[in-house]
Parts: sequence; C-alpha cells; structure tokens
Amino acid sequence: MRYRAEIFVTLKPVVNDPAGLTIRGGLQALGFASVTEVRAGKYLVLTLDEADAGQARTRLDEMARQLLANAVIEDYRIELQPIGEPVAAGERPA
Amino acid sequence: MVFPGTWSDRDCAHAVLDVLREPVRFVDHREQTVDGLDLVILPGGFSYGDYLRCGAIARFAPVMEAVTDFANRGGLVLGICNGFQILQEARLLPGALLRNASCEFRCEWVHLRVEQSNSAFTLDCRPGQVLRIPISHGEGNFFADAETLDALERNGQVVFRYCAADGRVSEASNPNGSLRNIAGISNTHGNVVGLMPHPERACEPLLGSEDGLVLFRSAIHALTRVAV
Repeated sequence: MRYRAEIFVTLKPVVNDPAGLTIRGGLQALGFASVTEVRAGKYLVLTLDEADAGQARTRLDEMARQLLANAVIEDYRIELQPIGEPVAAGERPA
Repeated sequence: MVFPGTWSDRDCAHAVLDVLREPVRFVDHREQTVDGLDLVILPGGFSYGDYLRCGAIARFAPVMEAVTDFANRGGLVLGICNGFQILQEARLLPGALLRNASCEFRCEWVHLRVEQSNSAFTLDCRPGQVLRIPISHGEGNFFADAETLDALERNGQVVFRYCAADGRVSEASNPNGSLRNIAGISNTHGNVVGLMPHPERACEPLLGSEDGLVLFRSAIHALTRVAV
C-alpha cells in the first residue's frame, strides 16, 4: 500500500524557541494582542510504499529517530493515511 | 574534513600548515578512512546547506564512520562551529546547538574562559585563562537537559565559557543564549572537543589575536606526549 505520512517536528516544551518568540513579537506588533505563545517547528510530507500501516509506522519511527528529529531537543508526531496501491515498475499511471 | 558547504577548511589548514608548520591533508567527505592522521578537524561552514538541522546530514557522510572509530579509539578530534554541530549530531559530544537567542547571526570577537586544562586541546592553558577569539554563527545556543548539564560540570567536560575580558562570566558576555555560558565542551576522555568560536581565525597578530593557536599547540603537545 502507498501511504502519505505527515511528520510534525517540534521543539520539546523545555527547549527555548527564539524563532517562536520572535514570531509572537511580530504578531503582537501587528496588533494580534491575544497571542500568548508561538512555537515554530518543521513539517515534512513523505510518500512511501509499505505492506501495511503498522509497518509504515515502524519505519517512520526509525526515520524520525535516526534523522528527521533530534531527540535531544525535538519531539515528533506522525499522521499516516493510505493513498492507494503503489504503481508497479514499468507501469504508467493512467 | 571537507563536506559540501564547509567554508573554514582553508583557514584551519593555514593555521596548522603555515603558522605551526605541521603537515595537513584535506579529507573529502566521501573518503572511507582517516588512516595516517593524528588529528581530525571538522571545520566551520554550512555542511549540506544546514538542511534539516545543522550537521544532521554531514553526520551520515561516508567519512564520518571512520571519524567515529578514530574518536572512539582515542584519536584527537576538534569540531569548530558547524564541526561542533556535526559532532553532536554524531553523538560524539552531548547536547545540541539551537538558534541564537537573539535570532541574529553573530559575527564578533568574544572572550572565552578556559575551564579545563586537561582536554587535549587545552593542555597548554591554565584554568581561568581568558582567550580572545571570534565567533561567526546563527545557531550556537548550547542546550542540554539539566541532568546532562550537571554531568558535564561534574566530569569537567565544560572546556570554554563565554566571559568578559576580565574572565567574569555573566549574561552580558553571553552572545547567543547558551545555557551556563557554555562555548565548548569535551567528551569524557578529553580527546574530542567542540566549540562554536573559531580559533583558526585568531592565529596571527595580523588577524587581531593569536589566542587561538593554543588549541592547536596543545593538540600537538598531546600527540607528542602520547608518542614518547
């Protein structure tokens, strides 16, 4: 099955986020006084072919731990959805 | 070590070859070995464009496996600026370097207090000595969790702290928001050191300071001492 995975990488709550603070300052300067906190992060979209959702999650966890997030400072969250059968090699999509 | 985007390799080579008259070899990131080297320097720059995180991609460069083996066998490894970030991503040094608290790229002279003279790169220093060396980075804000910070202090792994000219450590002398003003650390054995400031850019009077030379001289002494 082909899956679309969205990975949200965010700084751990204990880690200071200078970019988030600066964005909050910008919003407040624009008059959005209700904003009390901004946390900036990364958003990654992957397309991958795996046997099933469980296998896809296992592989994505490995990817996140080994490369996509730095466990010293970051947390990650994975959203997964099936998007159909993979296109076999040599076949052209209709 | 030269990765795509490394920019301080020529300056490091100049300090070691032209100033200290020691042989230098540029090692390409695709090489598989560091055999024959006594000292590995990971210079500053923006390896792989700093994509994803500073040092995150360089850490998987073919040559890094050899560098990791070299470090684990006690080989001397110095990571400067982006090189420090790479050593942390490679888990050869603890912690991480966040965006500067100011969100600005800081390129300026700073003072560093030498906290440890038992790392391979500070053997010729006395604890408390103040070095004047430039920084040039956007992401040098040292972070580690409280437990790791305490372990670093307890084990004597904090090698350099940002300070004032008289050696006093304060918030005012902290250019990037680093926790406990930490500018450089070592591994537990003291053979791997990473720091954000650029000692290679302070190796000649013409450049405004020779204070950076002591790191390279210390490494040479450490190697000579081992060989005797």
